[in-house]
Amino acid sequence: MESSATFPDNAVKAIADGQLRLALNKVREGFGSTRRQAAVDRLPEFDALRDAACDIKNHAIAHLDLYLERFERRVVESGGVVHWCETPHEARELILQLCQEVDARTVTKGKTMVAEEIGLNPFLEAHGIVPIETDLGEYIIQLADEPPSHIIAPAIHKTKDQVADLFHEHHQAYGKSERLDDPGELVNEARQVLRRKYIEADVGITGANFIIAETGSTVIVTNEGNGDLTQILPQRHIVLATPEKIVPTLEDATTLLRVLARSATGQEFSVYTTFSTGPRRREDLDGPESFHVIILDNGRSHLVGGPFQDMLRCIKCGTCLFHCPVYASVGGHAYGSVYQGPMGAVLTPNLIGLPTTRHLPNASSLCGRCEAVCPVRIPIPRMLRRLREEAHDEGVTPMYERLALVVWTWMARRPAIYRIWARLTARVLRTFSGRTGRLHRLPVARGWTQSRDFPAPQGDTFMDLWRQTGRVGS
Amino acid sequence: MLKKKRSDYTILRNPLLAWLQRVGFIGRRLVRVHEDPPVSSAQDVSASSGPGREDGVDIACPRVGLFVTCLVDLFRPTIGFAAVKLLENAGCTVEVPLTQTCCGQPAFNSGARSQAQAVARQVLAAFDEFDYVVAPSGSCAGMLRCHYPGLLADDPEWGPRAADLARRTHELVSFLVDVRGVTSATATFKGTAVYQDSCSNLRDMGVRDQPRFLLKTVSGLTLREAPEADACCGFGGTFSVKYGPISADIVGRKVDALDSVSPDLILGCDLGCLMNISGKLLRDGGDIQVRHAAEVLADMLQEAPIGEAN
Repeated sequence: MESSATFPDNAVKAIADGQLRLALNKVREGFGSTRRQAAVDRLPEFDALRDAACDIKNHAIAHLDLYLERFERRVVESGGVVHWCETPHEARELILQLCQEVDARTVTKGKTMVAEEIGLNPFLEAHGIVPIETDLGEYIIQLADEPPSHIIAPAIHKTKDQVADLFHEHHQAYGKSERLDDPGELVNEARQVLRRKYIEADVGITGANFIIAETGSTVIVTNEGNGDLTQILPQRHIVLATPEKIVPTLEDATTLLRVLARSATGQEFSVYTTFSTGPRRREDLDGPESFHVIILDNGRSHLVGGPFQDMLRCIKCGTCLFHCPVYASVGGHAYGSVYQGPMGAVLTPNLIGLPTTRHLPNASSLCGRCEAVCPVRIPIPRMLRRLREEAHDEGVTPMYERLALVVWTWMARRPAIYRIWARLTARVLRTFSGRTGRLHRLPVARGWTQSRDFPAPQGDTFMDLWRQTGRVGS
Repeated sequence: MLKKKRSDYTILRNPLLAWLQRVGFIGRRLVRVHEDPPVSSAQDVSASSGPGREDGVDIACPRVGLFVTCLVDLFRPTIGFAAVKLLENAGCTVEVPLTQTCCGQPAFNSGARSQAQAVARQVLAAFDEFDYVVAPSGSCAGMLRCHYPGLLADDPEWGPRAADLARRTHELVSFLVDVRGVTSATATFKGTAVYQDSCSNLRDMGVRDQPRFLLKTVSGLTLREAPEADACCGFGGTFSVKYGPISADIVGRKVDALDSVSPDLILGCDLGCLMNISGKLLRDGGDIQVRHAAEVLADMLQEAPIGEAN
């Protein structure tokens, strides 16, 4: 995986990657603003629902302890177990232990970003347990040995042709020798291969979109039904969740579900919404024999009561990624992080610290489109600025940038000197433009002039011209 | 009493500057720029900006302080003069405080909060006495209106002044339409134009329909809509230089979207965005012109478009 610390270089590579451009253009056409907007337009009360969703999450976060304890009681009552982990290390060890208890050799996984966050797959592999991703996107990137590039569409950086090549290469072991080209046929082939894995698996691991205090249920949404098979067929179901996924009631969960799919994929509802409450009961036809919920904190509780508390409202719909101009240019891998795009630029520095991630909150034009579409109204631009302030105050921002600002502020506070600077700059730039009206190269703004011209000043500053008119200043 | 700030000292104490003034490079009037209006206490502030003042606005002829913006000052004074013309045509008395420089966004968006606060205080002092403060930029007006109050919220003296300034601050075109009730432009442009929203106007200032409304009244002008009009052009202030390749890629998409409706002219209300768009168009070649909406509305098209030679 690329590193967040080298984000600018990652970005340049990503922009030069032709296949990635093809894939990202398809994303914009398929998922961009039109799809969400159409779903929103079909539901006049969408904005009121967003407010309700926001209130539910705020309330739950303000009473995390109360609802998490209630959740645990309900899970225990329904025959399950809740485990509390503070660090990724603890969570990995616990999952390994839970797998070893049932002599697991293979584990099927529904899509869980928390598993990515803790690096679960390589850890399990190192301990002789084979993890099998069942979400089609996750399955594709597992074959390609790549990290996800989008929180809800992990293989969105892959073109159909790349997927066809991957399947052709990896599915020959299952007697599939023909290279398929049709998307439907490709999906079917993956289905056939995965079906056997579901039945062989000893443990199923899923994430959770919500966990419900009232009933002790965990909720996942999928469009492929893979989550159901992952959690029903193996003898043990492990849910990997984080504390802020808690909602008080079933009713609350349904309100959030109504904004989730519309924001994420422009669907009214995801195709499958699955509630899991405890292990298989005597009268159940199927289901796991044991049900374990792991609540991993990994720094999230530190956000409560701080300037980034609002981030805990995030329901991981991914719409801020789909609407982000930076994401549209660089894709997900450039961020070097499990969480990409605007939400990732806030969350990642909070989880792993600013020194290696300072570019993420800085690499934004602060256009605010993310906040405008966020189903739970997270003020992402404000938080990106706040992270920039922390980076500045902690000395993470490079010295030359801070120095440049000191000089600039010094001048901006001294209008008379500023005027001289402006007059000189205007004239110098005008002269260098050779009166063509533009500059091809500008050493202090190389980032700009590498692929754009720089419009030259008209010549005199407004202030000078204004004074010449003899008009009133003040 | 406020402590006397270093910036209050006249620049003439500096021998180099004194010399520059003697040889005429610095105008005499500039020397006055450090005479900040004295502010003695928070009470005085509220006295000068309370409801009485609101009521005291001369509806027929309000006093408007023009916040020129640093980009217009340096790169394109035409926009400033177009703004003055439009405001005067709308019955305003326009003044240009000479103590203004920049709104402080470079510091604010780079995380240098205390530096942004220092610049903000200077702007507050410069624009204390006007009925309205108007900027030909959604971004700078947005800084004054949407961000100063939060930036100075913990400051018992400047916080209320920031809140007061926020109430009086407007972006130029929306001010004309929403506050001054302007319903048409006496201007002519023969051709098709496309209006590109700036993110600050669209999302901070709620300015979307006002410029379109006025531009449609320009004689001979056909206004078209480009796809993804609400998407950023990739300017983002210092972002455009710090993350140049990303910014350039974003503006590439923006230019494609604008180009898809084959306009003669691209218009906007923020010079930064317009310089970005025109910079990309100029590099790629092509004959689409770029101008600030105020230039068209004020019928001031004598100067060459942005980035082009006269």
